[in-house]
Amino acid sequence: MAKTHVTMKVNGAEVEGLVEPRTLLVHFIRENLQLTGTHIGCETTHCGACTVDLDGMSVKSCTIFAVQAEGASITTIEGVANADGTLSALQEGFRMMHGLQCGFCTPGMILRAQRLLQENPSPTEAEIRMGISGNICRCTGYQNIVKAIQYAAAKINGVQYQEAAE
Amino acid sequence: MNDMTPTREQREAKLEGMGCKRKRVEDARFTQGKGNYVDDLKLPGMLHGDFVRSPHAHARVKSINSEAAMKIPGVLAVITAETLKTVNLAWMPTLAGDVQMVLADGKVLFQNQEVAFVVATDRYAADDGINAVEVEYEPLPVVIDPFHAMDADAPVLREDLAGKTTGAHGPRKHHNHVFEWTVGDKDLTDAAFRKADVTIKEMISYHRTHPSPLETCQCVCSFDKISGELSIWGTFQAPHVIRTVVALIAKIPEQKIHVISPDVGGGFGNKVGAYPGYICAAVASIVTGKPVKWVEDRIENLTATSFARDYHMTTELAATKDGKVTGLRVHVLADHGAFDACADPSKWPAGFFNIVTGSYDIPTAHVSVDGIYTNKAPGGVAYRCSFRVTEAAYCIERGMDILAQKLGMDPAELRLKNFIKAEQFPYHSALGWEYDSGDYHTAMKKMMESVDYAGLRREQASLREAFKRGETREIMGVGVSFFTEIVGAGPSKNCDILGIAMFDSCEIRLHPTGAGIARVGSKSTGQGHETTWAQIIATEIGIPADDIKIEEGNTDTAPYGLGTYGSRSTPVAGAAIAMAARKIKAKAQMIAAWLLEVHEDDLEWDIDGFRVKGLPEKFKSMKDLCWAAYHAVPPGMEPGLEAVSYYDPPNMTYPFGAYICVMNIDVDTGVYKIRRFYALDDCGTRINPMIIEGQIHGGLTEAFAIAMGQEIRYDDAGNVVTGSFMDFFMPTAVETPHWETDFTVTPSPHHPIGAKGVGESPNVGGVPAFSNAVNDAFSFLGSTHIQMPHDFWRNWQAAKNLGALAA
Repeated sequence: MAKTHVTMKVNGAEVEGLVEPRTLLVHFIRENLQLTGTHIGCETTHCGACTVDLDGMSVKSCTIFAVQAEGASITTIEGVANADGTLSALQEGFRMMHGLQCGFCTPGMILRAQRLLQENPSPTEAEIRMGISGNICRCTGYQNIVKAIQYAAAKINGVQYQEAAE
Repeated sequence: MNDMTPTREQREAKLEGMGCKRKRVEDARFTQGKGNYVDDLKLPGMLHGDFVRSPHAHARVKSINSEAAMKIPGVLAVITAETLKTVNLAWMPTLAGDVQMVLADGKVLFQNQEVAFVVATDRYAADDGINAVEVEYEPLPVVIDPFHAMDADAPVLREDLAGKTTGAHGPRKHHNHVFEWTVGDKDLTDAAFRKADVTIKEMISYHRTHPSPLETCQCVCSFDKISGELSIWGTFQAPHVIRTVVALIAKIPEQKIHVISPDVGGGFGNKVGAYPGYICAAVASIVTGKPVKWVEDRIENLTATSFARDYHMTTELAATKDGKVTGLRVHVLADHGAFDACADPSKWPAGFFNIVTGSYDIPTAHVSVDGIYTNKAPGGVAYRCSFRVTEAAYCIERGMDILAQKLGMDPAELRLKNFIKAEQFPYHSALGWEYDSGDYHTAMKKMMESVDYAGLRREQASLREAFKRGETREIMGVGVSFFTEIVGAGPSKNCDILGIAMFDSCEIRLHPTGAGIARVGSKSTGQGHETTWAQIIATEIGIPADDIKIEEGNTDTAPYGLGTYGSRSTPVAGAAIAMAARKIKAKAQMIAAWLLEVHEDDLEWDIDGFRVKGLPEKFKSMKDLCWAAYHAVPPGMEPGLEAVSYYDPPNMTYPFGAYICVMNIDVDTGVYKIRRFYALDDCGTRINPMIIEGQIHGGLTEAFAIAMGQEIRYDDAGNVVTGSFMDFFMPTAVETPHWETDFTVTPSPHHPIGAKGVGESPNVGGVPAFSNAVNDAFSFLGSTHIQMPHDFWRNWQAAKNLGALAA
C-alpha cells in the first residue's frame, strides 16, 4: 500500500515517518518511533491504555490514524518526567499512593490525569472519577489512583496532601 | 556506644522487612513507560501471525482456500490443521486431560475458533491475509443451553471422542458428557435431609464471565535453526509449565527451550493455560526460521481464550428448626464449552469445589459435578480464584441466606450459629479438607460492630415499611458474606499439573558486599513480587530489601516453579523464599561462630546479624558475614553464600473474611447505588499492608463487575453477544464503589512465616456479598433467589416479576 509522509512533534522532538494511510497513531508511536510506553488494551476506544496528549487534548491513539496527527504536538508517557529526569508529581503520586499494579494502564492513566489537572487544577474526588472514566484499570479498583491524582494536585498547588479518612 | 549507633528501631526500619508498607520497586519503570511487555519486543526480521476465525458456533469445514491470501503483499504463509498434522500438532493436550484443536480439524465447535494462521511481514498485512482466506462452512445444529446438552437427541459435538465411554476423569454418560466427579457421603447426607426440620433447594447459577486483563494474551516465538533452540517470550503466569508442555508436545529437548515471561499486564487466571496462538507462532517460527509475534486483540481474548465459571449449582441445605445446618447437597452442571481446558490441578476436574461447606461446621455433605460440552469457547480458568473456590463460596453463601430467609432468621445470626469454632481447628470438613486455622466469630463480630449491623437492619425495616406505604420507591439490601478460601496449591500428596508436583522454589545468592539476588519460581502479573519477596528475605536474614534484587519469569535462570495463580505465590513460593533464607542464615551462623570464636549455640539472632549471648559488643552483621563467606570461611566449609529451596507445602492455607455490602435499588429503573462496602480479611501474617490493601481493592472491583453485570453471553445460535468492551461490563472509576478495608490476623500454623495468600479473597468473598445484597433487597417482596449478574435491566425485571412496579 502506498505510504504517506508524516511529521509531528513527539515529546518535544520533531519526528517523521512513512506510514500507510490506515496506520493507527498508536502503531506509529510504538513501532516507528519505538516509544512502547503507550499500550493497546482494547482497540475499540474503551480502555484508554493508549491515551496520549495531542494538541492539548487526551486522545486515544488506537482510534486515530497517524496521518490525522500530521503537524500535531504529542506527549507520551516517555515525555512526562521532569526535565531533570525526576518523576513528575503524578508519577510520584502513583508510586506513593500505590496507584498501579500491573502497570499496563498506568501510562494512559497518567497522561489523562495530567490533562485533567490542567483542565481542573483542584478537582474533587467525583470530578477525578469522572475525569478518568475513559481509562480502565483492572488491578487497583481506582481508589488509589484517585489518591495519586489528589497527591499530585496538592503537590502542584504547593499544599500538603492530606489523605482522606477511610 | 556513641550517638551515631543506630537504634534497634532504626536497624529494623532500614531493612524494610515484613509488615512494612514498602513502596514498590516496579513503579519506577511502570510510571515512566519503561515496562517490558511482550508486545514491546521487536526482534530483527520479526513476522506477525493472525487468525482466521469461525463465524459459526458449530459447522463442518468443507474447504480452506488460501490462494488469494498468499497473493497479498507481505503474506508469507497460511497454516491450517493440515499443515500442523505434518508435525503432529493439529491437536494439543489440555491441562484437564482433554485434547483441543489448535486449528479447526474438519469442523469448528465454537464461534471465533481458530481456523487458519496467517503469517505476514507486519500486523496489517496479516490482517489483510486473514480477510482473504476463503473458508467454506456447512453449519450444524448447536448446543448452547447446558441443560439440554445431554438430551438424547442432542447433536454430537466431539466426534473425536466417538465410542469413548471413559474420559480423563472416569466414565462418560453421554456423547456430550466430559466427566462426573463426586465427593462426600451420599447415604449419610440423604439421611440428614430425611431427618431435617427445614430444607431449602435452589438452582444457583454462577454465569460465564472472563478475566480480561488489560493486556491480552500474546507471545513472540523465535526458533534458531542452527542451534535448534526455541525462545518464547509470552504472557505466561506459569512459564516453567509452558516450557515442559512445549518439550512434551513439540519434542524439542527441554534445555533448548527458553521461556521468558517479561512484565505481564495482569493475568487473573487468563494466562495460565496454553493457547493455539502459542503453538501456531512456534510452528510458524520453526517453518520460516524467523521470529513470529502473535498478539490477540480484545475481541479474540473475550471470545476465544478461556472463560471462567459457568457453574449451575443445584443447592440444598438441611437444618434444624432453630437453625443448625445438618447437611449440604450440591449438584453442579459445569459448562466446559467445546474442550475441557480447565486450568485445575490435574486430578481435580472440578477444582477445589469441595470447599463448598464454607466456614460452617456441617456434619455431612455430598457433591456431584457433571462436566458437559457445549458450542462455546473452551476453558474454565480460575478468574482470580483458587480453582472453583469462587463458585463454591457463592453457592454456600447464597444458600445460607436462602436458608435464613426460610427460617426467618437473621443471616448473620445463622452464620454465627454454624461457624466452625476457633477451638475446632485444625478442622476436618465433611468433604475432605483439613482447615489449618481460623477465628471466624471474632472476624464476623468485628465486621458487624464496624458497620453497625443492627442499625442497618433497623434502617432496612423502616424503609420497607415506607415502601409498603408508598412513600418511597427504593428498597435496601444488606449483603453478608463470610468466606473461607482454600489456596496455596499445593501439597504433592494431592496436587500436580501433568504429573509435576505443585511445589515452588527460590534460589538466593548473596554477594560479597552484602547485597544479593533471589530468583523465584512464581511470576508476578502485577502483585509486586519484586517488592514483597525482598521484604521476606530482609526480615529473615537482615539484609535491607533494597539490597536484594528479585527476578522471576526466566526459565533459564529461575528455579523450577509452578507459577502464580490460585493465590499460591505467598503460600508456596513465599515459603520457599523463607526456607532458602533460613539455609543462608544457618551457614552464616556457622561463619559467625568461627569468626567470634564461640559455639554456634552461643549466638543469638539480632535483627541484622548474630550476637554472642550476654556479650552485646561481640556482633557480626549479615553484611560482614557476606564478605566473610567469600573471604574467611571455617576450615572445611565451601565458600559462597547461596541456597535453593523447593517447598512442598504440608497443607493448603485457608484465608477467610467477613464482607458486607449495603445497597439501595430503585425498583422502577433497577438502578442500584452501592452505599457501603466493608471488607475484613484475614490472610495470616501480612507482608506488605499497602499491597494487600491494593489487592483487596482490585479484587473487590472485579467482584463488583461480575456480580453486577459482567457476563460472556451467547445467543441461541451460539453468537457471543458480549464480545467487546462495548458490551462486556468493565467498571470505570465512576461506577466503582468506595472500598473500606479491615483485617484480623490468624497466622497459618504450618507456613514458615504464617502467611496465607490474599489476592483472590476479595473476588471470592465479594461476589456473594453483592449478590446477597440484591437478593436481600428483594426478599421482602417474596423472592428467594435472583440470578446474577444483577444489572439494572435484570433488577427492573425482578421488580416486575415480583409485581413491585407501579401500575
